[in-house]
Formats: sequence, structure tokens, C-alpha cells
Amino acid sequence: MPHNALWLDVGPVEQLPALGARTLPVQGGEEIAIFRTANGDVYALINKCPHKQGPLSQGIVHDNTVTCPLHNWRISLATGDALGDDKGCVPTVPVKIDGGRILIGRKEALASAA
Amino acid sequence: MTDTPPQLVVIGNGMAGCRAVEEILARDPKRYQVTIFGAEPRVNYNRIMLSPVLAGEKTYEEIIINGQDWYDDNDIELVSGDPVASIDRSAKTVTARSGRTISYDKLLIATGSDPFIIPVPGHDLPGVVTFRDLDDVDAMLAAAGLGGNAVVIGGGLLGLEAAHGLSLRGMQVTVLHLMPTLMERQLDEAAGWLLKSALEARGQTILTGADTAEITGDGKVQAVHLKDGTVIPADIVVMAVGIRPAVGLAKEADLAVGRGIQVDDDMVTSDENILAVGECVEHDGNVYGLVAPLWDMCRSLADGLVAQPNGYRGSVTSTKLKVSGIDVFSAGDFSGGDGCEDIVLRDATRGVYKRVIVKEDKIVGAVLYGDTADGNWYFDLLKKGEDISEIRDALIFGQAFASGGGASLNPIEAVAALSDDAEICGCNGVSKGQVMACIGNGADTLDAVRSTCKASASCGSCTGLVENLLQLAMGDDYDGARTVTPMCKCTTFTHEDVRAAILEKELKEIPAIMQALSWSTPDGCASCRPALNYYLLCAWPEEHKEDPQSRFVNERMHANIQKDGTYSVVPRMFGGITTPNELRAIADAADKYEVRTVKVTGGQRIDLFGIKKEDLPAIWADLNAAGMVSGHAYGKALRTVKTCVGSEWCRFGTQDSTGLGVKIEHMTWGSWMPHKFKIAVSGCPRNCAEATIKDFGIICVDSGYELLVGGNGGIHLRGTELMCKVETEEQAMEYCAAFIQLYREEARYLDRTAPWIERVGLEYVKSRVVEDDVGRKALQRRFLHSQRILQKDPWAERASGKEDHLHQHLAEIRPFAVVGA
Repeated sequence: MPHNALWLDVGPVEQLPALGARTLPVQGGEEIAIFRTANGDVYALINKCPHKQGPLSQGIVHDNTVTCPLHNWRISLATGDALGDDKGCVPTVPVKIDGGRILIGRKEALASAA
Repeated sequence: MTDTPPQLVVIGNGMAGCRAVEEILARDPKRYQVTIFGAEPRVNYNRIMLSPVLAGEKTYEEIIINGQDWYDDNDIELVSGDPVASIDRSAKTVTARSGRTISYDKLLIATGSDPFIIPVPGHDLPGVVTFRDLDDVDAMLAAAGLGGNAVVIGGGLLGLEAAHGLSLRGMQVTVLHLMPTLMERQLDEAAGWLLKSALEARGQTILTGADTAEITGDGKVQAVHLKDGTVIPADIVVMAVGIRPAVGLAKEADLAVGRGIQVDDDMVTSDENILAVGECVEHDGNVYGLVAPLWDMCRSLADGLVAQPNGYRGSVTSTKLKVSGIDVFSAGDFSGGDGCEDIVLRDATRGVYKRVIVKEDKIVGAVLYGDTADGNWYFDLLKKGEDISEIRDALIFGQAFASGGGASLNPIEAVAALSDDAEICGCNGVSKGQVMACIGNGADTLDAVRSTCKASASCGSCTGLVENLLQLAMGDDYDGARTVTPMCKCTTFTHEDVRAAILEKELKEIPAIMQALSWSTPDGCASCRPALNYYLLCAWPEEHKEDPQSRFVNERMHANIQKDGTYSVVPRMFGGITTPNELRAIADAADKYEVRTVKVTGGQRIDLFGIKKEDLPAIWADLNAAGMVSGHAYGKALRTVKTCVGSEWCRFGTQDSTGLGVKIEHMTWGSWMPHKFKIAVSGCPRNCAEATIKDFGIICVDSGYELLVGGNGGIHLRGTELMCKVETEEQAMEYCAAFIQLYREEARYLDRTAPWIERVGLEYVKSRVVEDDVGRKALQRRFLHSQRILQKDPWAERASGKEDHLHQHLAEIRPFAVVGA
């Protein structure tokens, strides 16, 4: 697996449903949610809405946003910012696809576990 | 003479007679004292909309053109249900069947046409009907309510619309057509074949070249025999082989009659005081059986009678088939011949066939199948005789392309390019000029246009054009604000528009809806996607493909998400009845999965809190093993049927409320709804099951069951209203299923029954569920049909591994290691 100092390989991209998300618990740290949009873009955020910590991975994905399942806050997948009238931001995690594998930023993924 | 205005007597209260009167009143409301005789015992309605009534897409009230208030406001005497029996031209009087005689100064004959009955043996058996008026539709609906086989003789416009309606109403339909091609007067062979295939795919049997020999039956129709020996069982036979001008009265009065009553360009017959208009007339050798010529005739008649004669010059006709989901358009002459050239476009994948017939650089005919958007444009070019040589190469690709704007031609520019006399609304004969005038006179919303000039008020297919005209006329002042709000910010369409389009255009997937209705976002939003998913499920239960990504989290996970991200699980207990074994299994599961709270709910169920998403399939498998299924406590769905103990134990109980509740829950569990739906059955008026705050409540009394609807607890407490009272359990079940299905089909997503009923009115609900026996049974049938397909235990599916990605992590990260990838 193409692990290296910068990136962690967390699985094949086909395991991400279009317009859906999968979760990635981090031992001793914050769970990460990995999203896939309709046109195949992949994003990773900490799986906690900035509002009341709702699991964003269970929200409805549309365009490049996700709507939190608890109270319908809309969060930008690219920046983690709350959209519309709501204020708040959830940390993002660098993610890229390489050879059909999902790679996430090692340092950022482990930041909360440090 | 005195000051009283001359008497205008109109024979015929149909579309032609009333339209002529409207045209006259529009020119001079005081000129005549008007009396209208009608054979049918009702006001003036839109006969061409009978097909949608038969198909269940419209009600009679919706197709009324002029209600009683129109007659009253214009001081018109309507004599309905009493047809004119004779005309005395020398005395200038007419006499009705009842013996009533009144005199006229001007007489207008608008008797329309009679359906042609082929005189085969058995044509007069009970159960053989025509398709001409509302009584015929009622007869067909009564037959359809009993199910069985329908045979439609005649594969023309009317026959196919009748067949479509009967098929939608649940009958097995066979269409018999004498000619080799359906609608051969309007369609060429290729389009006729496409149409036949489409109808067959919908389950109709189409027999072409079928020559009827005899209709047989003992006391009522039972079968149709063809000359080739084929025997087709029939519970009803609809004769739709054609119409004939109704000229009997005119003939007896010795007026000049050919194929129809002969009239001149001002619609005057051989007697200068008698006029005639509509399908009963023959003008310049032509007889018309379609609605469009009638508008032209009525204008010419009124001009001749009260203004400057302009003279009727005959009509070129176009045809659209009103079978939802099948788009067929035909206009002019497509028989070909010397000097005619065909331009043809076929797109097999899209099921599109277009043929435009050109002669001497002018369009003489057009046949469109599958994509009829440009029908009006071709028809307009045809009527005006425009030279198309410059756009000939692009002609077949339609107006947008031929006008040089490519596919992106602005729709506002497109309507701006239409001429003033271009027809916008075919159902009501309204031109662009009339719509613009109506907007100019202050009709600044779609609803205002509909109520004044009636454009788009019937079938609604020209709604987009009318809105474009509003935009064109008012510019930025038109905010597109219909008096109702769109579904969400992704679209300008209302919930009702979208649901109608899903059925009409047979849209079966969310992307198809978004494509067809021009969604402004690539994949909708968290508000419209769940709604669309529900509308599809409701409209097409057989073909529905579940889209988990368009479900709110609770419905996707089949459990209720809690504030800490864990879930709660509620097994179903039918009617609130459980057993020691079930309770033991629940207790074991609570121990095994470390349930933190066990709570009894208001709906008489047990709720287990604190389950992790990874554990859901396992706890469901355990509960399944003890015989329990999902309680749907998380869904926009049937939640619970709450009961009291009823007559089995209670000293006050009048009926077996528990047993009835259990039966109702077995019938309704697993049904998806616009919002959550709760039922309760109380065994006596003491109402221990709190039936009066449920969506559907039953209160048992000694003499039967009171059925209550539209209640809820919640923020806005609302008590139920009494829908009706029934005598038996079977009736209670039938009314319950019908009420649920009406709510499922017509309420907006996320409307509980209370706001829905407040919007449509209890009377409306009663008219569909209580007063309309045929409609109620059809609703019940549709509900049970949907349940046969969609009443599935989602727990069992998930426990067997379906969609397991929803419950499992992609991987786990431990510092310096990744596990599970």
C-alpha cells in the first residue's frame, strides 16, 4: 500500500457511494468522514457538525455540500465552513485519489490523536 | 316593438353553443335576451376534457367552463335536461320535449354530433356504451369499479383515450381497430406503429384489422366476436368508431342539410334567422369533429351577428392525443403526393419520430411522435403558409435550432417570436394576442390569467408558455410568484406540478425529474431529494428503485438518530399486543447490545436507546429471529396503530377494537407516507386510545364505527374531524386504506394530514373517500397494490447484509497503522 510519510491509504475509492459518505474512526482522536459527490469528487472532514456535533457522514450530500442530519446546517465539503446564515467551521482533512485508492493526509488525520 | 331585446334561442348547451354566446356577449352584452336549451342536466363543461376525467386526472368540477353563476350574471335562462324536440320556422318558435314552447328572433343550432353506432347484432345490449358525455363516463367508471375486461371498438383519438382511462382504472383493455394503423386519419404508419407499441407496453391489447361481427351476452354484454372467429370477453364495450353531425332537428325543419347543416361564411343556414355552429355544420363542403375550428366559427358568427362580418374561411386542424406520457401531434396533410417532400428525423433511443411534409417551400403537414414541443410552431408556419426555404435544413430540429439560437434559445425570445394569432391554449382556444391582452388588463399572475381568459386552465400543458408570456409582458415586474410556493430553491415548480409531471411524463428516477423540469442544481438539495424519492415511490411502486442517498438519515438507517449519533430501535407490536416471548427477546437484546434506556412510547411500543450504527444489523437479526419486524418509528410512514382493550375485556367496549387495530396495522405497516402517520382504534366513546388526535382514528360505537381524520398531537394540537360513520369492520378497513392512499397521492411531502386537510377541505376528502364509491375502491386498490410490492421488512434486508456499507466504517486508524483497508 502506498503509505508514506505524508499520506495514509484508507481503501479503494469504489467503497464510497456516490452522494454518500463512509466513516474512519481514529483511535484516541476524532472520527473522520469521507464524502463522495455526484461528479466523483472526494472530500474529508472531521465527522462533527460545528453546531451540535451531529455526524455529518449521515447527512444528505448535494453538489459539494452536506446537510447535517440533526438540524439541517449546510456545510461546505471543500472548506468545512457552515453556509447560509449559520456560523462555524469543521476541520478538513487533505484527501486525494491515487491509483483508485483513497489517500488522506497523515499529519491532519492524526492531529487530534496526538 | 317594445324595449325588450330580441330573443336569441340556442339549442345546445355544449362547447359550441356557449362559446358562441360568450363571443356575442363579449361584443355586445345587451344585444340579445338569451335562452339556452341543453339535453344534459348540467351546466356547460369542457367535453374534450372528459378523457382526463375518465383517467382520474380531473374531476367534473374541474372541467366546468361556465358555472351557474355565468348564466345568472349574464341573465341567460338555462333549460337543462329538456332537449328541443321541434322547430316551427313559420311561427319562429321551438318546442321542448316537455311541451314548453318559446319564440325566437334568432335561433342558433349547436347540437354537435352523435356517436356512430355500428349496427352489429348485440349493439343495444346493456353494457355497450359510447364516449360522448358525462353519463357515458359515469357508465364506464361504474364498470371499471368492478374490474374485468373492457373492449374499445375504434382506435382513433377518442377510442384510445377511452382505452387509456379504462386501463388506468384497472381494467384489462382490448382495442379493436378496423384499419391497419391506429389513428390513421391523423398519423402515418410509422407514428401509428410507435403508438401501438407504447400502448401495448402499458398492458393494452391492440388488434388492428379487427372487424367486429357481433356482440353477445345474456341480459348484458359478455363478449365481442370478430369476423375472423376471435372471441374477446367483455364486461363493457365502448363504441368509439366515429361521430356524425346531429342534424335531425334541422332536417325536420327543412333546412338545407348535406353531411351537416349547411351554413355560409357567417354561419347562417338556409333560413336567415337560423344560424348553426360547431360539429353539426357543413361549411364549404367540410365537416369538423375537432374543437379548434369551433373557436374560429364562433368568432365569425358573433362578428356577423353583432359586429362587422369577417367571414369564416374554414380551418386547418391539428390533433394532440390526451394520453398522459404519450406525446402525439399531427397537423395538416401527410398523405404525400405530387411535389411533396418529406423531412424525417428518427431517434430510436429517445423514441422520437418527426416528419414534416413540405410542398413548394411551405409546410403542408406534420406528424410528431415522442417530442411534440415544436408542434405549435410547425402548425403556425403551416397555417400562415410561410416560406421555409431559408430554414429548411434546420427545420426538423425544431424552432430553437432553426431560429439560429441553437438549443439555448431563450424561451422568452421564442414566445416573443410567435405571432399574435398563434394558439397558446388548445383546450380553450386562446391565442397569444388574447393572453397578452388579458395580461394588459391586469391579470398579472398565472392564476389570474387562468381565471380570466382560461389559458392553461384545462390540461395545463401550456402553463410554461403562459408564464413565458407573463414574463415577456411584464419583464422584471413578473416575479414568477404563483400564489403557491415552489418545492424548494432548486426549482420553480410546486409540489403539485412535480407530481403531475412525474405521472404525465412517466419520470421514474430522480435525475430524470431534474432533467425534465430543469432543476437549477446538479443534484437537488436535502429538501427536494427526499420529497422526489417519495413521489416516485408513490407513483411507480413496481418500478421504484430505492435511493438511500435521498433518504433522511433515519429512513436510510431504519432507526432514529439521537443527539449523540447513536440510534434507537423500536420493534413493531401490531395493535400494541405483545407476548412473553417477544418481551424476553427484547430484554435479551437490550442486555446484549448494552442498551442504556428502555422506554415505553406513547404509541404502545418499546424503544431501545443507545445502539451504535455498527450494531444495528445484528440487533435487528436477533429481533427478527423472535418474529418481530421494524416498527418504522423513524419514518415518514405508518407508525403505530394504538388500541384499547375493547369488547374482549372492557365492560364498556362496544366492538373488538384491539382486533380491528391489529388487522389495520397488518394492512398498513411498512407504507411510506408524506409524513408520519398514526392510527388509533378506541372501543367506545371514552376513547382510551386517544383516537381523536390521530391522523386516522376509529371510535367504535354500538351501531358501527366512527371514522375520524386529520388529528395530531405535537406543537399545534388538532382534534380530528368526523369523516363518516360505517357499519362493518370491512368498511372501516376499506375507508382507511382509501383515505391513506388519497393522502399519499395528494399531500405535499412533509405535510401531516392536518395541514393537508385544512388546505383541501374536509368536504373534498369526503367527496373522494365517502361519496365516490368507485373512486374509493380504486384508491383502496392502489394502496393494496403498493403494499403488495413495498410492504417489506427493512430490518430483514439489512440483517442479511444489504447496504452493509451504511453500517461499517471504511477503515480504522490507529496511530502508525491502518486496519481494515
